[in-house]
Amino acid sequence: MSLVDIASLPLMRRSFDWKPLWNGLFGTRLNTALTVLTLAFLVWLVPPLVRWLVLDATWTGTAQDCAAASGACWAFVVAKLRFILFAFYPQELQWRPTAALLLLLGLLVVTAQPRFWRRELLIAWLLVVGLCWALLTGTLTGSPVPSNQWGGLPVTLLVWSVCFGLSIPLAVLLALARRSKMGGLRTLAVLFIELMRGTPMVAILYVAMLILPMAIPGGQFVDKTVRAIIMITLFWSAYVAEVVRGGLQTIPHGQEEAAKALGLGYWRTMQLIVLPQALRQVIPGMVNLAIGFLLATSLLAVIGIFDLLNAARASTTDPKWLGFYDEAYLVAGIIYFLFCFGGSRYSRWLETRLKVPHH
Amino acid sequence: MATTEIAPGRDRPGLLSRLAGWWGPRPFIQLAAFVAVVALFWLLGANVADTMRRIGVTPGFGFLERSANFEIGESVIAFKAGDLYIWAILAGLVNTVKVAVLGCVLATILGVALGVAGLSGNLLLATLVRWYVELIRNTPLLLQLFFWIALAKSFPPPRQALSAFDALFLSNRGVFVPGIIVDGFSSRTVLLLVAIALSHGLYLYTAYRRRRLRFGNGLAATLVLLAAVGAAFPTTDATLSLDMPVLGGFNIRGGYSLTPEFAALLAGLTVKFSAAIAEIVRAGIQSVSRGQWEAARALGLHPGQIMRLVVLPQALRVITPLITSSYLDLTKDSSLAVAIGYPDLVSIINTTANTTGQSFEALAILIGIYLVLNLSVSALMNVYNRRVALRGDVSR
Repeated sequence: MSLVDIASLPLMRRSFDWKPLWNGLFGTRLNTALTVLTLAFLVWLVPPLVRWLVLDATWTGTAQDCAAASGACWAFVVAKLRFILFAFYPQELQWRPTAALLLLLGLLVVTAQPRFWRRELLIAWLLVVGLCWALLTGTLTGSPVPSNQWGGLPVTLLVWSVCFGLSIPLAVLLALARRSKMGGLRTLAVLFIELMRGTPMVAILYVAMLILPMAIPGGQFVDKTVRAIIMITLFWSAYVAEVVRGGLQTIPHGQEEAAKALGLGYWRTMQLIVLPQALRQVIPGMVNLAIGFLLATSLLAVIGIFDLLNAARASTTDPKWLGFYDEAYLVAGIIYFLFCFGGSRYSRWLETRLKVPHH
Repeated sequence: MATTEIAPGRDRPGLLSRLAGWWGPRPFIQLAAFVAVVALFWLLGANVADTMRRIGVTPGFGFLERSANFEIGESVIAFKAGDLYIWAILAGLVNTVKVAVLGCVLATILGVALGVAGLSGNLLLATLVRWYVELIRNTPLLLQLFFWIALAKSFPPPRQALSAFDALFLSNRGVFVPGIIVDGFSSRTVLLLVAIALSHGLYLYTAYRRRRLRFGNGLAATLVLLAAVGAAFPTTDATLSLDMPVLGGFNIRGGYSLTPEFAALLAGLTVKFSAAIAEIVRAGIQSVSRGQWEAARALGLHPGQIMRLVVLPQALRVITPLITSSYLDLTKDSSLAVAIGYPDLVSIINTTANTTGQSFEALAILIGIYLVLNLSVSALMNVYNRRVALRGDVSR
């Protein structure tokens, strides 16, 4: 058969099926009306947006050039991107937060792939987090930088990964306690979890700022970032515990009873039988939590830690580049969006990947 | 070691053995854990009290009776510098409740509209809604609030205010919307309105108890209520008038004005949670299987009837608990007000802690209020869930 014949076959000629698209847009009278209305909205919205973003934008020059034009000021972003990413970290030592950022991002990419899920990965996280901390403080390389000069994306990612990582073991214990037969422990776990979940994160950060220095002997000498990390870890562990508990509830009772019949004690049963299955169940849920937590780290701005969002805000107060809020928040927003949108797509992929085939 | 098993042969174990059964195995280790927790808190508390004494602050809630020497930017209940701290905190609480309630209402309206638009079957509209939801969900609320407050502050001064239909004015002094003025409100008017509302509630309740409450008669009863209010109103001395904002001199007069901070917070919360609610509505309606739609269509129901009688009752079972937890999240997230200068509860508590040095007590009040709020809503939710679950049982 020649090529022309194949092309003339009805099946091949409709290589793209226009019908669903046509029906989706103009299928019924209501649908047509909706399409027209939506198009009108887009016509109202898109051209001014494109004008602001591209056509009228200033790409190079100074703040005066930007003020003269009506579009976005990308020259501001070019000039202040370093500040948004690293805030007040000394410029001559900039390779240190850059290295920390790359290390964290690299390990995140590795962690995202199920084939690397081994014990060694845990050790790698401990090493990398320790190394990042050392890089930022400068304990290995000399010329120490105090934590109130840290800032930007490395701080956001570091606080996020440390708090989330530390909260998981705590959360597993809390979830087990909440499902325990021991009424006393159960009550303690319920009290802790409900207390944390009923409180806004801002209040928890204020506790880290105002109460911890008074409550711990010598607490006023503990670094502000460390205090925030302690309280955020406790706060998040309550949320993680509820997700883990959801996973534990999906494991049939028979599993536990069978383990007991084999002579395994409580901890061996949990460690070998129940938790591996339960945690596998909740991995997509954990990824979703992690996304929410990354967004929540922006609250560090409230207590004056220069995370990514606070750095973006501070960049608009530079006397040379005053008040380019939209551009600064757009850049920060794009960074958050890339992480979180990527994360939610990844979570969906993981869900199908991890689905255990039922027999 | 004392065994804690319930004594055999007793149908109704006594209080003590029931307590022991609840307490469970390893009673002494648990007791030790309890004691350890209490001791830890006692130690921390003692340290706090010590530090406070060292800096010259008396621990306790006595400061609530002292006068607060700061102004509050805006408050529903009247407050001026010199009033008691307890009034300041109450003003903050009322401000929080105000923004939370309005936020919940607006977010629900926008969210349900978006959720329905996403399911409308129109490809363009559904795509647009999906991108809106993704964009809003994947950026931090605080970033959005910073954007809104920057926007609200960048509006032109009142004389050049942006206006829509001469009813809505956007200026850097605030957002002005039409208000409703009720004049000559007497006790008789109130009594009349309460009586009408009560009879409406009573009708709905009895109809509900007799399982005769349908969408139709509920709507009819509400219309009757509105007609009754409309008919009764002229018989009282009260007058109702619409108060439109107008541009006069250097400012905008009349109407209802929202400060830039309040408008920004309300816009931020509404937009952020409308995305969450849109997703919840979509998930809830999609949780009803296709077979239900097809079966209802086979029975000859119209699309509207299918939605009302078959899909919504089942979808609401999924939607209600999720939407309630969204409301709680919204209330908790309204605490971000402190970052953009709206005087909500957290902001007032923060000022109180800074001006009195009693940060421990101030934060205890804050956490206590949020906890009571959350736990009571959760308790109500559990009651509701039990009802809905029961009605959906196989027994019926």
